[in-house]
Amino acid sequence: MAETNVARGAAEPAPRVEYELQLYYWMKLIRAFEERASRLHRQNKIFGGVYSGAGQEAIVTGICTPLRDGDFVAPLHRDLGVFLMRGVDPGRLMAQLMGKETGLSRGKDSFLHGGDLELGVFGSTSMLGSSLPVAAGAALKFKMKKNPNVAVAFFGEGASSRGDVHEAMNFAGVHKLPVVFVCENNRYAYSTPLEKQMAIEDVADRAVAYGFKGYTCSGNDLLAVLELSERVIERTRAGEGPVLIECKTYRYRGHSEHDAALYRDQEELIEWQSRDPIPRFEFYLEKKGHDLKHIREQIDERVNQAVQAAVEFAENSPLPEPKEALEDIYAPPGAAPIPPNTSSNGNPGR
Amino acid sequence: MEATYIKAINAALHEEMRRDENVFVMGEDVADLGGAFKATEGLLDVFGEERVIDTPISEALIVGAGIGAAILGMRPVVEMQFADFISCGFDQIVNTAATLRYRHGGKAACPLVIRAPSGAGVHGALFHSQNPEAWFTRVPGLKVVAPATPYDAKGILKSAIRDGNPVVYFEHKRLYRSIKEDLPEGDFTVPIGVAEIRKPGDDLSIITYGGTLGQSLDAARIVEKEDGLSVEVLDLRTLLPLDREAILATARKTGKVLVVHEDRLTGGIGGEVAAIVAENAFEYLDGPVRRVAALDAPVAFSPPLENAILPNTNKIVDAIRSLAAY
Repeated sequence: MAETNVARGAAEPAPRVEYELQLYYWMKLIRAFEERASRLHRQNKIFGGVYSGAGQEAIVTGICTPLRDGDFVAPLHRDLGVFLMRGVDPGRLMAQLMGKETGLSRGKDSFLHGGDLELGVFGSTSMLGSSLPVAAGAALKFKMKKNPNVAVAFFGEGASSRGDVHEAMNFAGVHKLPVVFVCENNRYAYSTPLEKQMAIEDVADRAVAYGFKGYTCSGNDLLAVLELSERVIERTRAGEGPVLIECKTYRYRGHSEHDAALYRDQEELIEWQSRDPIPRFEFYLEKKGHDLKHIREQIDERVNQAVQAAVEFAENSPLPEPKEALEDIYAPPGAAPIPPNTSSNGNPGR
Repeated sequence: MEATYIKAINAALHEEMRRDENVFVMGEDVADLGGAFKATEGLLDVFGEERVIDTPISEALIVGAGIGAAILGMRPVVEMQFADFISCGFDQIVNTAATLRYRHGGKAACPLVIRAPSGAGVHGALFHSQNPEAWFTRVPGLKVVAPATPYDAKGILKSAIRDGNPVVYFEHKRLYRSIKEDLPEGDFTVPIGVAEIRKPGDDLSIITYGGTLGQSLDAARIVEKEDGLSVEVLDLRTLLPLDREAILATARKTGKVLVVHEDRLTGGIGGEVAAIVAENAFEYLDGPVRRVAALDAPVAFSPPLENAILPNTNKIVDAIRSLAAY
């Protein structure tokens, strides 16, 4: 994927340049996909809940970059970037959002509740935080089978109040499992602000109670997330046990598209938008001597093409047949689980 | 080999763990203690703590982690120490596990067994006596089994472990050490979804499962001796999916159906059995479908209360006589 190399004048080796442009591409692709999904929802082409993660792109990009094939990721309902970065075809993802036959769940569930286990992407339920025990179990398998893999579970600070989260972290701590817990603290659980959710400031503080380390970082600063994720995920992969990464961020849109989020102060939103992860990374690229204008044009073109192709694929895909309502409820005899594909081991960021 | 019901479960676990290295057990006190009822006794010594895992008191974790391991190819057998505690893992079972394949477009399997020691009659009181099977029998994506004999306990557990779907396995605590039978040597399985005639008969059918099979057979023998009634007893064995053919066959044969279960009356599987019979065998019936079940009360502690609440042989005998006379 990382064929873009337009860094004229950059004084760094080509792989590093390519790597940084790829990061930029992911954030831009995720944002464009998010915005298109919101628009399609207004046009009634995507129905049901649309849970925008706009503003939180640096977290997924930073966390997924050091992941490898064979790793297991349980995204939360705003993490469409996880699907894209793990290699889910954007067309299939858009078809999933439109309830099409070609979507991940073949029209069975909405938005990000489909998964692709072959790519190591677990379709989480709407019971927020319930994927953390599942990720702990995936990590238990990796440990039992001595696989060099990690399980990653994304969750919000809202979900951190649920018992499942406590149970998963406690168990992971006891067994030193290779699991990375990533809290996207966007300050609101639907409408409920942070101070009504918890009596502490940092979710990361809880890690110590489970016997492992918790870190906080700015979730709007890609380089900060990356610096942390590359360091601590490798330690977890090496067998040093679980870790909790808390990324401070902010949700630009409402809980879902029907929510105007009038419970929030406009000033607060603007303040956080001024810390947007994308211009921040652009500033970094520019200061490093990249021709930002050129890069932006080229990446925007790629992104727009990818999103447009995804929309066209999804719109041209059929809806499922009514008879399929009864399909895929039970695995037939002999059906085997589908563990993540490890055939092209060690392909960071895809 | 003569085995009690609990020994049959234990033997199935030993044999399956030996057969397939992906099978492991996990739950509260399953390792050193061998389980509160000794179902997992001896596993730790043979298979080690990597495959016999004591967990904290965390039912959601126990089920959820079982799911995570299962979807990656393991075959976990997780234990709820008492079926009553399954409510704490309910969401993971009915939402995460049951819909897994559906929401992954058919590209997933979840070979997970959830063992749940259920049932009353052991002075367990409100929170150690429950029969919560009907919470699960209306959840597509799950299989629900409730063996009533040592042979089935072993054979169905083996089938459950080899299945590609989440199976909730209700084992009745009162049966653990109260019944035993000769089991064949070597490997055998009992298919999920297939009921079994335990006693053929012509005048009336009892459809039952789990803890009330023995009582139903006792009652059938009593009315045969004292009233000359020929009662057929069908053991459902699997509650989801129900063996509709077997249910309809016995209903059509005798024309009178009595459903018996230890679970409560309202919302119990007996209602579904009655509806299947009424919808599909109405013209064969010579009387209403009747039910003997626990009263719609929690299972109380003090013996007079517990006896009043639970079904027993005498209550079944009375119901047989009443329905036979209809």
